[in-house]
Amino acid sequence: MVPIYYYLILSAILFSIGVGAFLIKRNIITIFMSIELMLNAVNLSFVAFAHHWHQVSGQIFVFFVMVVAAAEAAVGLAIIIAIFRTRSTLNVDSVDLMKL
Amino acid sequence: MTGSLNLWLIPLVPFAGFLVNGLIGRKLPKVLVSAIALICTLIPFLQVAKIWFQFSSITTPYIEHLGTWIWSGAFHADFDLQLDQLTMVMLLVVTGVGFLIHIYSVGYMAHEEGYWRFFAYLNLFMFFMLTLVLSENFLLMFVGWEGVGLASYLLIGFYFLKDSAARAGIKAFVVNRIGDFGFLIALFLLIARFGTLSYHEVFAQITQHPEWQGGILTAIALFLVLGATGKSAQIPLYVWLPDAMEGPTPVSALIHAATMVTAGVYMIARTHVLFDRSPLALSTVAIIGAATAFFAATIGLVQTDIKRVLAYSTVSQLGYMFLACGVTAYSAGIFHLVTHAFFKGLLFLAAGSVIHALGGEQDMRVMGGLRKKIPITFWTMTAAVFAISGIPPFAGFFSKDEILYQAFISPNSLGKTLWFIGLVTAGLTSFYMFRLWYLTFFGESRAAAHEEAEHAAAVHARSDTKLVLEAEHAHPVHESPAVMWIPLAILAILSVIGGWLGIPSAMGGHNEIEHFLAPLLGSPAAAANESSSLTLILASVSVLVALTGVLLAHILYKAKPELPAKLATQLRGLYTLLLNKYWVDQLYGAVIVTPLLLFSRYILKALIDRGIIDGAGFAAGTTTQGFGAIVQRVQSGNIRSYAGWLAVGAAVLLIAVYFGFTAHFSPQ
Amino acid sequence: MHLVLFFIFAGLCVAGALNLLFQRHPINSALSLIVVMSSLAVLYLLLGAEFLAAAQVIVYSGAIMVLFTFVIMLLNAGREQRTHGSKAAYLVGFPGAAVLVALLVYMFLSNRGPLGDAVLGNYLVTTSDLSRVLFHGLLLPFEVTSVLILVAILGAVALARKEH
Repeated sequence: MVPIYYYLILSAILFSIGVGAFLIKRNIITIFMSIELMLNAVNLSFVAFAHHWHQVSGQIFVFFVMVVAAAEAAVGLAIIIAIFRTRSTLNVDSVDLMKL
Repeated sequence: MTGSLNLWLIPLVPFAGFLVNGLIGRKLPKVLVSAIALICTLIPFLQVAKIWFQFSSITTPYIEHLGTWIWSGAFHADFDLQLDQLTMVMLLVVTGVGFLIHIYSVGYMAHEEGYWRFFAYLNLFMFFMLTLVLSENFLLMFVGWEGVGLASYLLIGFYFLKDSAARAGIKAFVVNRIGDFGFLIALFLLIARFGTLSYHEVFAQITQHPEWQGGILTAIALFLVLGATGKSAQIPLYVWLPDAMEGPTPVSALIHAATMVTAGVYMIARTHVLFDRSPLALSTVAIIGAATAFFAATIGLVQTDIKRVLAYSTVSQLGYMFLACGVTAYSAGIFHLVTHAFFKGLLFLAAGSVIHALGGEQDMRVMGGLRKKIPITFWTMTAAVFAISGIPPFAGFFSKDEILYQAFISPNSLGKTLWFIGLVTAGLTSFYMFRLWYLTFFGESRAAAHEEAEHAAAVHARSDTKLVLEAEHAHPVHESPAVMWIPLAILAILSVIGGWLGIPSAMGGHNEIEHFLAPLLGSPAAAANESSSLTLILASVSVLVALTGVLLAHILYKAKPELPAKLATQLRGLYTLLLNKYWVDQLYGAVIVTPLLLFSRYILKALIDRGIIDGAGFAAGTTTQGFGAIVQRVQSGNIRSYAGWLAVGAAVLLIAVYFGFTAHFSPQ
Repeated sequence: MHLVLFFIFAGLCVAGALNLLFQRHPINSALSLIVVMSSLAVLYLLLGAEFLAAAQVIVYSGAIMVLFTFVIMLLNAGREQRTHGSKAAYLVGFPGAAVLVALLVYMFLSNRGPLGDAVLGNYLVTTSDLSRVLFHGLLLPFEVTSVLILVAILGAVALARKEH
């Protein structure tokens, strides 16, 4: 008999930790992982609401999020490898050529 | 009912001539350019002559409606031309004298580079002048009014490479503009008061209400007078006319003697219905006229440039016309306008002939002894000089005398004073005109002595034309070609017989011109006081005064030529005052022009234009740039800062959504 | 009993997340994330999503995190160095994140009444239920997703290839 809002608050906490990790960490890969954490937090929210409203579409959504997250992780890591090859560093602060 | 008179042809044919000569004249041979210009001036003249011959069968006023122009609510202004007695007289003068001067110009300007340009501008002038005279409403007249100012500017500055000519053109235009401003205000007041600008509607309204006197009608009249003083070179806006002598001599003859400057007089005569209701305005006109006549005559006494003397003479004679209008003797004013066109046009053309004969010389001090060398010029100029001095039976006598007589018997309290001023001016007029006559044609030729004594170039810099000066000066003095002296001869004949249009009944004539214009201009207010004996007495007095002037001129410039120099030194103060034209130009410069320039330069330009307006634009730019520089720092290239901003943005969005949609958050 | 389970695994989640935050070496962060993923799988089970729980373990923990680990080891990423940070991230980001979480928590707390409880027997989604919707109503997105994965594979291969 777990109140739904427990799940939701958990999801909020996980999400904010993800944001915090994103802001603090300097390693690109770790930042990427924090993104995955945020996605998972949102997935939890979806499932919780799916249960609350007895709708299956919440879970469908989670399904698709997982697929996309997988694809994104693959491509993102490929990009990180490419960056590492040229810059020889995984420090995100040194990848700032796009500044005005 | 008359058939269509095709009035529209009269102004539009010269306009066509302007277009042709203006657009392709540069490529055409001079013969063709002259032919086009002359034909485009001849056709209107023939048209006018034709209308004149059938004039008695025309019901006046004859109005030709060419098309709607402005139609805005209740206000209506159309392209309407009209023909009545006054228009007829003006048309004859403008087209007739204009045509003669065009012929003359063919000879005078023969060596000019800008030949095509000259005739193009001259035709343009004819177009505008004819529009001014033919128009049926104030607005179309204003178009012509401004247009002749434009043509005048273009023609004064014809020798645009010469600095003084360019400046003179600008001066003419700007001073005219001041007058035009007055005219515009008058137009606005007319619209405000009458709701229309059409002559016959405005005048009909005024005539139907004999109780309307003064008030706004005075205001309108006074502003119209301001416009007239600008165009007709009266005090205080006369200063442009002497400088306008920088233009070629035919221009001075046509525009600044016979036609454009008379536009002011025409306008007052045309709106006489309005002026008759405002004694204040009439007195103003009369006083300005008399004062200007005297003032300009005094300046003309001591000028040494032949064209300057004639310029001041024009100002003075225009003063007479104003005086006539001021004492409601409008037809007398128009009569003098007509005779003045003849003899002043002739004077200028003859002066041009003299200048041409001497190879560009304009200074009378180095003229002399030309009587035998250029006889035709001499005799025609003599006719003109006699005419302007008011010696019977030449033209000027009858017209000037009529004005003086009307002034004398005018019910206006100032009448007699004005008469006296006019009389004295007549004496001055004959004096300076005969002075000019003697200095130019009589005595020993001073030209040869002068040339050896002085450097030729310094003198030529002041003359009005011709890169071939040096070569021409080597020519002996020669008479002008036929194309130049034929118009002189015609005008000379007119100067002799022109006055016979208006011989008053006291002298056995029928005063045809006054009777002709009477249906339109009415009889002067003084008509009740007319008496033959007074006419004859006053006429005799005028003739005596004129002859005195002649005598004085004879003494000073023929019999005892050393006297003028002695008088000049004895009356040094007065002489300097006159020679420097009362320092009016300098006065205007110091009081009006310089402050305006300083104001423009330092306040309007530096402060407002550069500081405020440009500054505002500049500030807008710098502000945007500043903001941009600040916002630019968001784009740091650093992913973590982007993430930070993202988080903030998400938070803001969430707040907006949550607190914006709280109402929708209903329990299930 | 469900409540106890919830608290245990929720605690594991949070602990794992915090560990991810505080660890210096990326490999430790990766391993903490695996813990989080697995705990989340259990929580999905508690919410009656059996397929998703399995998928979470297989896909997330088993494939994605393994990929992460491979890359970390491939690139030999070392301990994090201290470099110049971005002021914006700290000055602006933390308040933003704080506001975010505060607002969310507030939102959920103020609506806890209407949300009710999650009883396990209440709503169980079997795999067949899920697949019925997926292959019936949402067939097109499903197929498109497969194309998406294909494209991602191609992209990853192209990007990570060694330049010749």
